[in-house]
Amino acid sequence: MNIIILGAGRVGESVAESLVSEQNDITVIDMDPARLRLLEDKLDLRGVVGNGIQPSVLRDAGAKDADMVIACAAADETNLVTCKVAHDVFNVPTTIARLRSPEFIEGDELLSQTGFSVSHVLCPEESVTRYIRQLISYPEALQVLEFADGRASLIAVRANHGGALVGHTIGEFRERYTRCEMRVVALYRLDTEMEATPSTRILAGDEIFVLADTDKIRDVLSAIHNTDKPVQRVMIAGGGRVGLRLARSLVGQCEVKLLERDKKRCEYLASQLPSSMLILQGDGADEDLLEEENVGEMDMFLALTSDDEDNIMSAMLAKRLGAGRVMALINRRAYADMMQGGTIDIAISPSQAVIGELLTHIRRGDVAAVHSLRRGAAEAFEGIARGDAKTSKLVGRRIEELKLPKGTRIGGIVRGEGRNSEVLMPHHDRLIEAGDHIILFIPNKRLVREVEKLFQVSATFFG
Amino acid sequence: MQSLWLPVLNVFSRVLLAFSPTFLVPMAWAWFLDKNHHVLVWAFGFAATVCSGWALWMLTRRHRRELMPRDGFLLVNLVWVVLPAYAAAPLYYSVPDLSLSKAYFEAMSGLTATGATAISGLDLLPVSINVWRCFLQLVGGLGIMLLVVAVLPLLGLGGMQIYRAETPGPMKDTKFTPRIAETARGLWGVYALFSVACMLAYRWAGMGWADAFMHMCTTMGLGGLSPYDASFGHYNSARIEWVATAFMTMAGISFLRYFVVIKHRSLRPITNDREIRTYLVVLAAAIAVVTLLLLVNGVYTDVGTALRSAAFHVVSVATTTGYASVDYAQWPVFAPVLLMFLGCFASCAGSTGGGIKMVRMVLLIKQARRELVRIIHPRVVNPVTLAGGVVPPQVMNAVFGFMLIYGAATVGLTMLLLLTGLDIVTAFSAVVATVNNIGPGLGLVGPASNYGVLNDGQIWVLSFAMMLGRLELLTVLVLFTGHFWRK
Repeated sequence: MNIIILGAGRVGESVAESLVSEQNDITVIDMDPARLRLLEDKLDLRGVVGNGIQPSVLRDAGAKDADMVIACAAADETNLVTCKVAHDVFNVPTTIARLRSPEFIEGDELLSQTGFSVSHVLCPEESVTRYIRQLISYPEALQVLEFADGRASLIAVRANHGGALVGHTIGEFRERYTRCEMRVVALYRLDTEMEATPSTRILAGDEIFVLADTDKIRDVLSAIHNTDKPVQRVMIAGGGRVGLRLARSLVGQCEVKLLERDKKRCEYLASQLPSSMLILQGDGADEDLLEEENVGEMDMFLALTSDDEDNIMSAMLAKRLGAGRVMALINRRAYADMMQGGTIDIAISPSQAVIGELLTHIRRGDVAAVHSLRRGAAEAFEGIARGDAKTSKLVGRRIEELKLPKGTRIGGIVRGEGRNSEVLMPHHDRLIEAGDHIILFIPNKRLVREVEKLFQVSATFFG
Repeated sequence: MQSLWLPVLNVFSRVLLAFSPTFLVPMAWAWFLDKNHHVLVWAFGFAATVCSGWALWMLTRRHRRELMPRDGFLLVNLVWVVLPAYAAAPLYYSVPDLSLSKAYFEAMSGLTATGATAISGLDLLPVSINVWRCFLQLVGGLGIMLLVVAVLPLLGLGGMQIYRAETPGPMKDTKFTPRIAETARGLWGVYALFSVACMLAYRWAGMGWADAFMHMCTTMGLGGLSPYDASFGHYNSARIEWVATAFMTMAGISFLRYFVVIKHRSLRPITNDREIRTYLVVLAAAIAVVTLLLLVNGVYTDVGTALRSAAFHVVSVATTTGYASVDYAQWPVFAPVLLMFLGCFASCAGSTGGGIKMVRMVLLIKQARRELVRIIHPRVVNPVTLAGGVVPPQVMNAVFGFMLIYGAATVGLTMLLLLTGLDIVTAFSAVVATVNNIGPGLGLVGPASNYGVLNDGQIWVLSFAMMLGRLELLTVLVLFTGHFWRK
């Protein structure tokens, strides 16, 4: 695919990074030549210096042949105009804009073809907030991903001592929880993938990916992990956009203490949040402040400033002072890999949260959702089976008959729409019907192309 | 000195001319109902006001200019000192045995929408006199409304000033139209609408047209004068009391809000407002407590009657109206004191009610809560917020300043009355009742009696108290500073 990315900032860079690795032709537009040079050196892409809202610059970047424009400059207005120009002047079929303001909603008249011609909206802050929100709802999980409009969920959990199933095999797991519709799709031990056969034994410290009906998440979690009490007290260090959005979403559910360094920002936060939330002026890495505010009594500590190092340090400090579960927002992948599972319970990688959403639009075939797992190494993929037995490689076949790429496993099937939909477990003789949502676990990104092909319908479907 | 007084007098002459037609209203009543008994009095009042207004205008017209804020203070004070004198003249002439001081007190009570009366034997007075007393409260209400929503904010004072601070969000709706004249027209339109509704409701509830008109005047102005010595006790009708309760509750909210509600065709400006919500909650809670108190103490045995009486009196005193249907001073002492206490702050900013105003109370409580949190969390940043905006510190300081002066004024005036030999209950309650423009106090000036028992000195102190309270203290007190008169 020919993709033009506007803006070589943090979001632009991580988007470029993950798309380059999938053999796409990427052109990045930015005003800053030095920044572009850096990217060109690091990644296999082309840089164009200039202002992306100008048609001439877009033409230089090859907008005529582009399949997609992703505008992720800092200002919403730049992104909106770029999408409009790309669509109207160069007929680019897919335009994606990163929009910070929550007032622009995908599918709104304003963003339609007659408006700004934005086909999809990306909001990194919103994605990250949603991601964290899930982790607060399910404090035992490392990651919770939703499929088929929230009907089924993929949960990553670290097995710990005391979990009901630790020390048992996956086979026993199934026997014991027959009512509970779930399937272990992958198992990682010491960061290497293990084969998840019925005879595999679950040990403490294993990272397990389970697909289950969303209503049953609680049961699954309690089987693997001894249940934590629900999160009630939360301390957030950093009152930026993510911090504010998160605090707002926690109104009425948790006691929140929000730490922010800037006095002005503190006042703004105080005017935006109900007075029951404590806004404290100070540094997240200030030991005295953390102790004064009883960080040890917190169920969860979240370091959400824009600075990786600050986040890591304050999260580690909070953990040492006795905070229950600590999370840090870490942009740099190397840092994130290094910190996760150590002192810091969860390293939240904002780019991963965004990329999952972006991938949904980039994958070919009938793709409903794609989520990046294990910081980009693996992928969870939700595709819709279309056509009939003649045109489709899926419909009308039993699961054991499918030719799946090596290592790829079907986690579950969601049949039906809306309220009447049901989550089916992929038993070997289950027949796939047209319209089924199939959720797959792909352990390696290289296999994505083959999986995409499975979901493409041959030409006769239209004839 | 010349440059300060003359332009103000010029504007004041126009106020006089605008005020003069009010004499025609009692004149009409006198013509049709009093068998020409007092027509001449009103005609003379009208003529005198027009003539003096016109003369003043002729004398000062060369000094006409745009008014500065400082002129505004002078004008407002002048209006509330001199107009009662004009209004008192017919009362002095036609009410038997009324001293000049008490006539002025009565007129001041009317124009400040206080509702304290110094006249007894109201039932025997000619209708036109009672119409005049009550109608003054309607006129006073209109003037007050203009004063609180338009003039005082221009002078940088008053409860509504808090809303003028740059608060984003829903408060924008409540910004008035850019010109005072336009605001006044809109407001008075709404006021007229409610007044007509109120009059019809009273008529429906069983009053005669004359009584309905008079009570409408005193209800909408949150005044509380009545053409009967027994006030609402004269009717002893549940329906009338409930109608009064409903309209007093409505009038306790700024008419600006109704104006906005009608303009935007949405109830949100009222339902979303913190001040109004608190106002309604406080009223409801007080009614519940008083009802319970009355039942437990056996004042009433019937729940319906207890509720009706509690609701009527709580709303009447809390909104600073001051009607009574029974002598509530005889209730268990908690109730009358609670009512007086509510009267000090319950009504909303921008209404014709008196007192501290609910919005200041809300801010003070928020500030207090904030200080308590700060003790436990020294690093907390929790500015006082109202409607999604931070209240600027200078506004908070203005509120503190107001409270301080309010407290000092209440204490000072009470001491002054004690000096004249009044007992403490009467002195204190009379000051609270007049500074907050409530009307009836406790003790000698309780709901069952009136201010006629006081001597002239005491009456003058309380007349001053009414004006002081009505002009939100600072407007009056600023005249007593040297800075005001310095050039």
